[in-house]
Order: sequence, then C-alpha cells, then structure tokens
Amino acid sequence: MALVEARGVVKRFGEQTVLDGVDLEVEPHKVVALIGASGSGKSTLLRCINGLEALDGGTIRVDGRSVLQDDIKLNRLRRDVGIVFQSFNLFPHMSVIDNVMLAPRKVLGVSKADAADRARWLLDRIGLADKADAFPDRLSGGQQQRVAIVRAMAMRPKVLLLDEITSALDPELVDEVLEMVTDLAHEGMTMILATHEMDFARDVADKVCFLHKGSILEEGPPAEIFGSPRHERTAEFLRRSLEGRSR
Amino acid sequence: MTGAQGATRPPYGRAPARARAFAVASLGFAVVGGIAAAIRSQSTDNDWLAVFLLALPLSIAALYYGRHVETQVVDVDGDEADEAVARTSRRIAVAAIATSAALCLGLAIWSAWDGLQDVGDTFFSWENIKSSFPDVVEGFWLNIQIFIIAEILVLGWGLVVATMRRAPGRAAMPLRWFAVVYVDVFRGLPAIVTIYLVGFGLPLTSLPVVSNPDLSIDIGPFHLDQLACLGILALTLVYGAYVAEVYRSGIESVHWSQDAAARGLGLSRGQSLRFVVVPQAIRRVVPPLMNDFIGLQKDTALLNVLGVLEGFNIARIYAGNEFNLSAVTGLGICFLVITIPMTRFADYLVKRDQKRLQAAGG
Repeated sequence: MALVEARGVVKRFGEQTVLDGVDLEVEPHKVVALIGASGSGKSTLLRCINGLEALDGGTIRVDGRSVLQDDIKLNRLRRDVGIVFQSFNLFPHMSVIDNVMLAPRKVLGVSKADAADRARWLLDRIGLADKADAFPDRLSGGQQQRVAIVRAMAMRPKVLLLDEITSALDPELVDEVLEMVTDLAHEGMTMILATHEMDFARDVADKVCFLHKGSILEEGPPAEIFGSPRHERTAEFLRRSLEGRSR
Repeated sequence: MTGAQGATRPPYGRAPARARAFAVASLGFAVVGGIAAAIRSQSTDNDWLAVFLLALPLSIAALYYGRHVETQVVDVDGDEADEAVARTSRRIAVAAIATSAALCLGLAIWSAWDGLQDVGDTFFSWENIKSSFPDVVEGFWLNIQIFIIAEILVLGWGLVVATMRRAPGRAAMPLRWFAVVYVDVFRGLPAIVTIYLVGFGLPLTSLPVVSNPDLSIDIGPFHLDQLACLGILALTLVYGAYVAEVYRSGIESVHWSQDAAARGLGLSRGQSLRFVVVPQAIRRVVPPLMNDFIGLQKDTALLNVLGVLEGFNIARIYAGNEFNLSAVTGLGICFLVITIPMTRFADYLVKRDQKRLQAAGG
C-alpha cells in the first residue's frame, strides 16, 4: 500500500488555482522528486501533505490517515511527516542540540537524557557533534540545513518532505546537503523532494514527477523522464534547465 | 617677479605666520575687551556683551585658519619651523576662544546674579527640601506601590488584549473589535482625562466593587484606599492599551516561517507559541515595555487630581504653604532616582540587541 496517497488535490489562493487535481502515490522506502518551473505547485503540494495548507478539494492520506484541517489530528499526523524548508528555519534562540531535542521532548514526551543522546548521535553522524551547543547563527548555511534535516529526522518520521532545500544555499555548500539526503535515501527513508537540481533528482529518485500549472503532466522512472520525455512541455523544461546549468 | 617669488618661497611660507598673528590679535581682543567691559560695567551694564560677541567669532576664525594652515603645511611636508608656527597659532586661537567664552559666561552670571540666587532659593532651598522630605518620601512610597501593582496588572491585561486582537476565526470577531476599539480609545485619550473619569465617575455608579467606598488593597507592604485603587484601575486601562500593542508587534515580528517550522515538527499551536514564538518575541519586547513602564511610573503623579495623597500632592501642599517649590524638587529627585537607571537599562538592552543582530549578520 502506498505510504502517501494524494487524490485529485485542489488548492486555490484566492482566484488562482495552484494545484489542479494532483494524483500522487509514494511507496514506502521510495524517493519521489517533484520537478517543474517555479510556481508549478511543487512547494504547495508538499505543504498540503504536511497539512500546513488546507485543501480546497481531493484527499491526501498518509499511512492510511487522512490529512484533515483539525488541529489534534494534524498534530498527530505531523509526527509521521517531517518537513524541511528552503530557508532552514532553525529556532535562533536555541542551541543546535535544543533545536533537535525540542519536538521529541514536547511532542513525543521523550526524556531529556534520551532526547539528548539521540540528538548527539544524529549530529555525530553528520559530523556536527562539536556544534551541538552552538547557536544557529554561528553555522554556515549548509550546516544549518543539515541540522534542520536532523531536527526533522529526530522525530523518526515515516516520510520526509524536502522543499527546495538547496535553493537558498551558496553553490559550494549544496553538495554537503545533497550527500546527506543521498545517504538517507540509501538507508531506505521515504522522501518527497521538490528540487531544481536535475542531476540530483536523476541520481537519487525512484520516481520523477513533472508538474506544470498545478497538475502532474508526466511521471515515471528518472531514466524515462530525463531520457525520453513523452510530453513536449517536459522536454522543453528539461532543455531549459540544462541550458541554465551550462551558463 | 611673481614667478621668481613663487620659486624661492614654499607654497605656504607666509600663511602660518599670518594665522599666528590672527590668533594673537583675537586673544588680545578678548582680553582687552574683557577688561574694558569690566570697567564699563561698574557704571552702566550690558556693553560687555557686544565686545565679546566680536571676540568670539574672531577667535573661532583664528582657530579655523590656524588649523587649516597646519594641515596644509604638514601635507606639503613644509619645514619644521613652519609646522611649529602653525601649531602655535592653533593653540593661541584655542586659548582665545576659551578666554572669550569664559569671560562671556562669567559676566552673564555676574549680571544675573540676583536672579540666579532667587532660582536657588525657590527651587533648591536646602531648608525646605530637608523639612519636607520625610513626608514627600512617604507620599512617594504610595507612588511606588501604585506603579508596582499597576505594572503587574498591565502585564497581564495587555497580554489579554493582545491575544483577543489576534484571536483566530469568525466567532472571535467581537473580541477582535473590542480590542481594536479599546486600544484606539485609551491610547487616544489624555491619561489625565481617563484618570479623572474613572476616579470621580465610577464611585457615582452602582457598579459592584469599584463603587464600594470600602474598596482597598491590604497585602503585605501594600496599603491602598479606594481612590488609589481607582487610580490604579485608570492607569491600567491607559497603559494596558500601549502594552497590548507592544506585545502584538513583538509576536508579529517573529517571522511566520518559525511557526511553520514548529508546526511542521508536530508541535501544537500552543506549544509553538510557548516554545518558539513567544521566547523570541519577549527579547524584542522588553525594551519598549520598559519605556512604557517608565511612562507609567511618571504618570502616577497625575493621580493628584483625584486627591490621592501621593508624593506630588504632598509636595504641592508644602510648596503652597511655604511659597517655595523646593519640596517639589525633592519629589523630582525621588522620581529621577528610579527612572534614570531604568531608562539607562532600557537603552543598554536595545544596544545589546542591536549588537547581537549585527553579529548574526542580519
């Protein structure tokens, strides 16, 4: 059974229809990459899966549980659905380790000692153990984003949503974050990622979905999408992003 | 001929000497003018002013010229004698300015001496301050009680109003409207009008609690009668409006993405407010909050219109009886002892926050 299942999802902001009947299935331990131009609805879809945006139509189910705009149900759902944003959004008034420990302690009720142990172990794995007591403003953008991923992973989510997590980074800091995501994929983490990094999507994703004007125009294994896109618009988009890269 | 001169003389050869002459002249003018004015002022007065108004600009011109020359001499790497002359001329010019300014001030004080003595007697009579001070301090203790209780109430009430204004959903619309109207009205009214209306108006009504003449506060060191309680109520209404806005701006200054990150991790609305939004808001809110508290402390003196026997009222009674305002000066000192350290502390907090922001690169 699919871990994440979206059926006919519609989302409007005022007059504008941002998502126009999106269907998406994500199997456990698979990585799905959402590609498409800015404004095609990638981020909005992720925010809907996490319940940060209310749906105007359709349904989303995560692990059999519907995403409804009901505070208590949403709080429960979000334990299983981690999300990492483009702008890191670490809590600036807490040290790195407190950032990682906050949700397990307050939401799952894990004891302080246990939460600290796990946080240190997670930070150690990404080589940031020595930054545990530093405040976020002392970290580079790449380090901050890796901490943000660790913070989401500390909740042991069933699925992790990554919303253009390298878009706000300096080019030389992108690789350390992508490497970390690749490691997570190898460990079998279920992930949905919106990205502009086409090489990365090709390497790490099991399925690539091309979004255009609020719906999924084409989806399939990366080799298919990048090798022989069926749709004219997909080909056009890929050509443009390749040009953009070579510039 | 000019060409030959230009070749033999360094570009600023004469200028330092000129500046020195200028400076010496102005110093001399100041000194001679001082003596002349002193002699004249024995018979008539006020002629001295014109003399010094001439000496002062002359001295400033000399200083400016000397300084200008000095930098240029140094810049062209002139010979040492020139530099020394330039420096001397600058020193003389400074002396000229200082002399004329000092003489000016001295003569001004001298001519107004009688008036100044009156000022000292009226505002700073040691006798008066000393005799009234114990009563004034006792009255001021009431001001302290009033502002401590009012500050505690304002902290809570302001938060209630700020929360009302941010309450979500259509059902909470009346609450939001109440908060908006309340803040507009009480920020717009002069505090003294609110105090007058509350203090004299409420006892005339048959409202419970506030119209009861036995209303009082008697907890620990706090002893307040009905009028003082109504004064506290009025101050709370006024400053609650200000503080509600401070809270609101503090909460809104925390970027919404912080809340999104917290909610995304599974924290509830309340947990996100408590652990993520409010701790960040408080840091930004403390300095403006302190400023409002300083305002509140000063405004306790307004309660004298109700006849509350706080410090200002007692000092006023002394001043009226003695026809001398020194008792009020004593009260002013009491206020300054509390408000100046607090203002300084608020400034320090603002500066510290700015530094932290700069350190964060924001």
